[in-house]
Amino acid sequence: MDTSHHDGYEHTAVSTHREGFPWKDIIGLVLSLALTFTSLHIVLTHALPIGALITAIVVLAVFQLFVQLFLFMHLTEKTGTRSNIGAMAFGLFVAFTIVAGSIWIMAFNSSSS
Amino acid sequence: MLPRYFYNFSTFMSMFPHNYLIYGADVSIVGATALIIFVLTYFKKWKWLWDNWITTVDHKRIGIMYILAAFAMFFRGGTDGLLMRTQLALPNLHFLSAQHYDEIFTTHGTIMILFMAMPMLIGLINVAVPLQIGARDVAFPYLNAISFWTFFFGAMLFNISFVFGGSPDAGWTSYAPLSELQFDPGPGENYYLLGLQLAGIGTIATGVNFLVTILKMRAPGMTLMKMPQFTWATLITSIIIIFAFPVLTVALALLTIDRLAGAHFFTIAAGGMPMMWVNLFWIWGHPEVYIVILPAFGILSDVISTFSGKKIFGYTAMVVSLAAIAALSFTVWVHHFFTMGAGAAVNSFFGVSTMLIAIPTGVKIFNWLFTMYRGRIRFTTPMLWALAFIPTFVVGGMTGVMLAVAPADYQYHNSYFLVSHFHYVLIGGTVFGAFAGIYYWWPKMFGHKLNERLGRWHVGTFVLFFNMTFFPMYIVGLMGMTRRMYTYPSGLGWTALNLIETIGAFGQGASMMIMAVNIVRSIKFGERDVTGDIWDGRTLEWSTTSPAAEYNFSVLPQVTSVDEWWEEKKRGVVRPDHATFKPIHMPNNSGWPFLIGLSFFIAGFGLVFNWWLSAIVGALGIITFLFLRSFDYNTDHYIPVDEVKRVEAAAGR
Repeated sequence: MDTSHHDGYEHTAVSTHREGFPWKDIIGLVLSLALTFTSLHIVLTHALPIGALITAIVVLAVFQLFVQLFLFMHLTEKTGTRSNIGAMAFGLFVAFTIVAGSIWIMAFNSSSS
Repeated sequence: MLPRYFYNFSTFMSMFPHNYLIYGADVSIVGATALIIFVLTYFKKWKWLWDNWITTVDHKRIGIMYILAAFAMFFRGGTDGLLMRTQLALPNLHFLSAQHYDEIFTTHGTIMILFMAMPMLIGLINVAVPLQIGARDVAFPYLNAISFWTFFFGAMLFNISFVFGGSPDAGWTSYAPLSELQFDPGPGENYYLLGLQLAGIGTIATGVNFLVTILKMRAPGMTLMKMPQFTWATLITSIIIIFAFPVLTVALALLTIDRLAGAHFFTIAAGGMPMMWVNLFWIWGHPEVYIVILPAFGILSDVISTFSGKKIFGYTAMVVSLAAIAALSFTVWVHHFFTMGAGAAVNSFFGVSTMLIAIPTGVKIFNWLFTMYRGRIRFTTPMLWALAFIPTFVVGGMTGVMLAVAPADYQYHNSYFLVSHFHYVLIGGTVFGAFAGIYYWWPKMFGHKLNERLGRWHVGTFVLFFNMTFFPMYIVGLMGMTRRMYTYPSGLGWTALNLIETIGAFGQGASMMIMAVNIVRSIKFGERDVTGDIWDGRTLEWSTTSPAAEYNFSVLPQVTSVDEWWEEKKRGVVRPDHATFKPIHMPNNSGWPFLIGLSFFIAGFGLVFNWWLSAIVGALGIITFLFLRSFDYNTDHYIPVDEVKRVEAAAGR
């Protein structure tokens, strides 16, 4: 069996090592905690009228999504762009199905049930 | 804190269930624990257990532990099933009280799905997938150990409920508002919520682990379209896990907050919406049933291909159907609650989307048949399971299409027709598939085969008694018997059918004893697998020794085709030259995953009883061990060439 393509040691695990102080991750952690507690706070204190409250939570949630994608999930790093696009597309499909489906189901727009 | 603590302790003592069955369980648990401790101490095996199993990060050993735990849970859940069948054998029996019956059907369902089917398949995935793709381990071996121990302690937390405070009793679906504090006080539901939450952490981590393992660690030359079918099924399953399980995590967390912190997500009071629990549960729950069937499909494809002596028919179509099933699995969840009344448009949409799944599934069934067509079929035990799978699963699948017809579902809903349907797909599909895998990979796990003669008896009796148990349920369901009723009056024409079902259930129990005897007997008498390729296999796991060495492959294989090992055998096998060996990089064992799991258990147990002290101690334990692990730099080692040469020479290579 030809094994000439292996040089040096053979590695088992995927390397997770990165250099430098993890500023990105710390900013991400602080931001995601702040966003979570902000939404909890405005709900618990009824800080806004109900319509504005729901809008505010959705906006905060979308912001949270971007924090996760860019600061934790390394979306901007160039490796594996094609599989990234696939994963994002499937993620959007599932998210859309769940959110739109739930709204549709929970509306109980039925005249005959 | 102390008065509260003692207050809870006193309520907990008074909730200790008083029942001879539970005393029996107490005695047997204490007895078994004492026996295990005695045996380990007497034979001085504690260190062996810690070094070789508890701290292991080896995917093969983790897989074996998953399978052992799954077998234990299979017998626990099976006993629940037998208790239910005893209660229902004849009309008006009072073997179990209504409350006890509720607890038993809840634990039966929850254990069989989450603590039997899932770990059985994840165990087989762990054992086989890294070997099939020619890898040395999974991508994150340490995380793999965490997955196992969180699953294990989640299962333990769920199981102690029976003797320690009372089991959950709102069904495995745990529908709100019944599962809310107002209607279901006591620790039972908390056990369900926290046990599943814990196991769910492990499952998500497993999904991530195998997605990365399969995408990043395939042997050189193995493109995606050259992967074995079981590996494909695992890849797709991992994707479903990653997208579906977080929904369960969120739903469980919300209900936990309702019960422990007085929120109102799923209560009617204060604007909560109980129906949202049903919705969230099935957004996870439907993909979940594909999580437990797709790996079984994968096993079946490999087993049928191997024992027909042919490449799988329609490889690409098989892959496309797996992907189609995965995508569709997220679009069908309403068929579990058509009768909730979301309206004709919603029900029609989800009815049609459900029926669509029959298309890719049908493609797979036909491809298995075409693989066998003109093949040189060997009727080994794994193949017999595969052959039993096909008709059984077709019956289960077709009744599923019947249930997908929304107007008709108003008649079948929550009847024994449904109970029979999901047992036909979950036993006829998942369990038959898992047993095919167990018999197939047993030599790879332990170095010897299970006895074929006893194996045939196992298949034959199990299939017979399975049909005897569940086929009458279709009929009795159409006659109007509903699910989860703890007794029924005579004179409805249900008695004979129920009695037949009960006899069948005990027959299945006896059949499992044949398997148990087979397993024990084969330790001594099982045919040894000296070549590593006892079935004349086709994929890479059969190219290495049985059981495989710690490092799996002395030299990573070079892949050029589907069924690589088969092609290699046709060309003439050339064992790797010892001169080409290099030091092999492997992960170190670690005790942290076990301790993290144990801390989760302590925290979960505290939350079940609102014992905040225990919850805080457990939480601090988790954080401490995670922190200590971050400073653990001694995480890997190299196996020297001499050691590799010695192991390979001992295996005659």
